[in-house]
Amino acid sequence: MKFYGEGIAGVNLAELSGKLIVIEGADGSGRSTQIDLLRDYLENTGRAITNVGLVRSTLVSNELNEAKQGNVLSEITRSLFYATDFADQLENIIIPSLRAGFIVLADRYIYTLMAREIVRGADRDWVRSLYGIALVPQLIIYLKVSPGQLVERNLRKNATLDYWESGRDLGISRDVFKSFMRYQRLIQREFSMMQTEFGFHVVNGNRAIRSVSREICAKVEEILNGEEK
Amino acid sequence: MSDTKKMSVTEELPGKLIAVEGLDGSGKSTQVYLLKRWLEMRGIKVFFSEWNSSVIVKKATSKGKKRQLLTPTTFSLIHCTDFADRYERQMLPLLRAGYLVLCDRYIYTAFARDAVRGCSRLWLRNLYGFVRQPDLTFFFNTPLEVALNRILSGRPQLKHFEAGMDLGLSADPYESFRLFQERIYQEYLAMRDESGFVTIDGTAPIEEQQEQVRDIVARTFDLPRFRWRTQV
Repeated sequence: MKFYGEGIAGVNLAELSGKLIVIEGADGSGRSTQIDLLRDYLENTGRAITNVGLVRSTLVSNELNEAKQGNVLSEITRSLFYATDFADQLENIIIPSLRAGFIVLADRYIYTLMAREIVRGADRDWVRSLYGIALVPQLIIYLKVSPGQLVERNLRKNATLDYWESGRDLGISRDVFKSFMRYQRLIQREFSMMQTEFGFHVVNGNRAIRSVSREICAKVEEILNGEEK
Repeated sequence: MSDTKKMSVTEELPGKLIAVEGLDGSGKSTQVYLLKRWLEMRGIKVFFSEWNSSVIVKKATSKGKKRQLLTPTTFSLIHCTDFADRYERQMLPLLRAGYLVLCDRYIYTAFARDAVRGCSRLWLRNLYGFVRQPDLTFFFNTPLEVALNRILSGRPQLKHFEAGMDLGLSADPYESFRLFQERIYQEYLAMRDESGFVTIDGTAPIEEQQEQVRDIVARTFDLPRFRWRTQV
């Protein structure tokens, strides 16, 4: 187990015997569904699981959601709010769970945060250094779904396209649909670059749920067995 | 994309930034207040910002402190968020608008305090990488005992994080505060040269310090340039 960068002070990495598995992907990529299925699979084989995700911290999630409503945050401030939320969960949930030997399933991780910020003009070096506090996962699954499919799935779920997931704050297009497509492509491009840098395992999310799940569970099993040897 | 960010850190701006640093009890807040009054009375466009004052972040900060939810890292990040909010929404625009911006505490407070709490100094320098260096930084150098006396006389209630209780230096809040402030003081001294602090003797009489401060400010900046153009 190691940190990406400068890490968090006072953590004995040798004590963290659990595993960190990250599932990344856009809204509508099927993440939540796949995490539920993966959780079922793992619990069925007797492993203890903890779930984490973005904007769930006790510390700032309320304030962050409130601020998002009001459009009052400037870029760096927003980035830092998300980073605080992440750090809070890292220290209060992820690290203690790993110490207890649990498997942590992360619904998104620093990669979505970094991609969102970079697409909005953040300095890449700054963002990398900021998230140097994060632990390196044992497996990162990137559920890749074409923007066309994403639109369909999002509309089927909510009948609207989320403001932030459409990059509306960027002024890409006055048309919501066009904005969504363009924004998601920008995010995917950033993810493609991160793929090699961070070693994502890319899963084609355009397929049927069961098919995707089989691939994910097999890969996770492979990693867990590899580590257990 | 990197260019947009890096540019605003070094580009020449119409306004100027003055920061004051020092321990609690160093006298800096009194001095920066008097400086502000002097500038205002000369018809100069001044904006004052103090540490930990962002309205947006306030709720989370006080919740975190009250419920002792904060770790060195989240403590650092939440204060950086507070700073970023004031910086992006207020300080930077006002610098572009030709104001003299006065800051009671700046990034050096974070460098000192958060490092004492165990955050990586490298990580801290990178974290605040989006922030401009001040055009002038005053460091109010007051010996530890003098500063401590000013704060502790009257046995005020010291709160958990304020006293550095999370560091486990002592079970007694006052002793903890003492040890905590001492370490911060050492951090300040160590960064003096690299950060270009202008040191003011915090034990001198208030009027004398203020005279020095005003003198240095008047010599450093062409003050008439910052006057209000319209009748105020």
